[in-house]
Amino acid sequence: MRANVALRRREFVVLSCAGLAAFFAIWALASMLGTTARQFLPPPWVVAEKFVELTHEPFSGFTLQHHLLSSFARFGMGFTLAVLIGIPLGLILGWFRWLDVIVSPLLDALRFVAPIAWVPFAALWFGTGIGGPVLVIFTGAFPPCVINAYRGARYVDQHLIEAARTLGARHWQIISEVLLPASVPSIVAGLRVSAGLGWQSLVGAELIVASSGIGYVLVKGQASISTSIVMSGMIAIGIVGFAIDALLRRAEMHLQRRRGGDR
Amino acid sequence: MSNIIFDRVARHFRRNGVDLAAVDGVSFEVRKSEFVAIVGPSGCGKTTCLRMAAGLDFPTAGSVTVGGKPVTGPGPDRSVVFQQFALFPWKTVVENIDFGLRAARLPLTERRERVGRYVDLMGLKGHESAFPHQLSGGMQQRVAIARSYVLDPDVLLMDEPFGSLDAQTRVVMQEELIKLARVSPRTVLFITHAVEEAVYLADRVVVMTRRPGRIGEIIDVAKVRMDEHWDRHERVEDVMDEASFVHLRTHIWRLLREQQSRNEQ
Repeated sequence: MRANVALRRREFVVLSCAGLAAFFAIWALASMLGTTARQFLPPPWVVAEKFVELTHEPFSGFTLQHHLLSSFARFGMGFTLAVLIGIPLGLILGWFRWLDVIVSPLLDALRFVAPIAWVPFAALWFGTGIGGPVLVIFTGAFPPCVINAYRGARYVDQHLIEAARTLGARHWQIISEVLLPASVPSIVAGLRVSAGLGWQSLVGAELIVASSGIGYVLVKGQASISTSIVMSGMIAIGIVGFAIDALLRRAEMHLQRRRGGDR
Repeated sequence: MSNIIFDRVARHFRRNGVDLAAVDGVSFEVRKSEFVAIVGPSGCGKTTCLRMAAGLDFPTAGSVTVGGKPVTGPGPDRSVVFQQFALFPWKTVVENIDFGLRAARLPLTERRERVGRYVDLMGLKGHESAFPHQLSGGMQQRVAIARSYVLDPDVLLMDEPFGSLDAQTRVVMQEELIKLARVSPRTVLFITHAVEEAVYLADRVVVMTRRPGRIGEIIDVAKVRMDEHWDRHERVEDVMDEASFVHLRTHIWRLLREQQSRNEQ
């Protein structure tokens, strides 16, 4: 049994690597064919070289790690804000029907407005300060937090709510001790979506309202028509996004294992 | 302690535009510190009656009063024990029992003392920090009963509490409940479809008819229990062996059977 699982895991890794290798091969081939100017589609090794160079030679004032760090700090703030406001709001909407009826149409409409649409307001309200990017990240990360907390709260086993009510629990105790723990699986799944959207929105925000950060690297690279810098930035965004998701997925799996025997 | 009065209670539901009577014209009283069991075929509205006493459902006609006051919603004065236990899976045994005491904002020392007493009384010692999924069905229901009793409610409402337990566990729990009722008597409304369970536990048994649920007959078990001295027996099976017990049980079975055949015609 155990050997079987290990073998599968090895197969999994091999296949993943094969996929990546195929991707780079096609990329290299497309670049070598020369149908597009080499400058516009640089081969992987040129990009890799640039990537390494960016890690120790400052570009637009900072090294790549530095840009990533300042991006990550903004992401952290926007995401944390979205979680801290979104999850309680979702639970409250899931509990109070009347509030749900008042607020939900507005929220449902707002979530179709792409985070990037907020960029002009971010610029107008906050200038080049930290507030702008944080606002844009927040608008991206907020809806999944609300929606998943709301769904979790709505689908709680009715018997548990009835038990809590007959035991004399008030609204606050039901929300914090019944709805919240019952919604944890749904909330954690929402956090993964939320982090992904937040990280994506961040790049959009930094395209316009920042003077550092990974999105800023993309803009500057584009301005100097250095496609290898743009691609290096894209790769860095992908790697960090993947890392954030992997971290949250681990948290999710850990949680599922711990709650495996519930119900 | 409070009594429960059902006064010409009806509960109608609308389903697909059709009006369905779950319960109709139900009147009876559960007197102070009396144990009343409702038996009846499934779908006769016995659970609906309990839910109306709990304040989880409301009559469309008539009234349900507890301690002279009409029921307007759930409250800790009327504890409910559910068939599905309804324990909080993320809370330990002690935290589950403590839930209602915390809702009542009692001081920590009193909460500890009360939880400890019911952990002892319900034989939960050694399982204090276990989670519900780590316990057997019988143990889970002990926790649920402790969680209700610990609030010292005026009224206990039990909705087929032993319905999902295996036969042996069920018998043990019935004995435990009788013991508990002796230590701290309560006004109890107990729903079951098991006739023997009703006769063994209750002072009076209310037999309900098939939909719409009405009251068929109310049987005074307490009188027979006293006259025939069932209490000298420790075990369920010895009580159930008594001729007077068998007689009552058969009588109720016949009532239910008549219902069945009337319904099939």
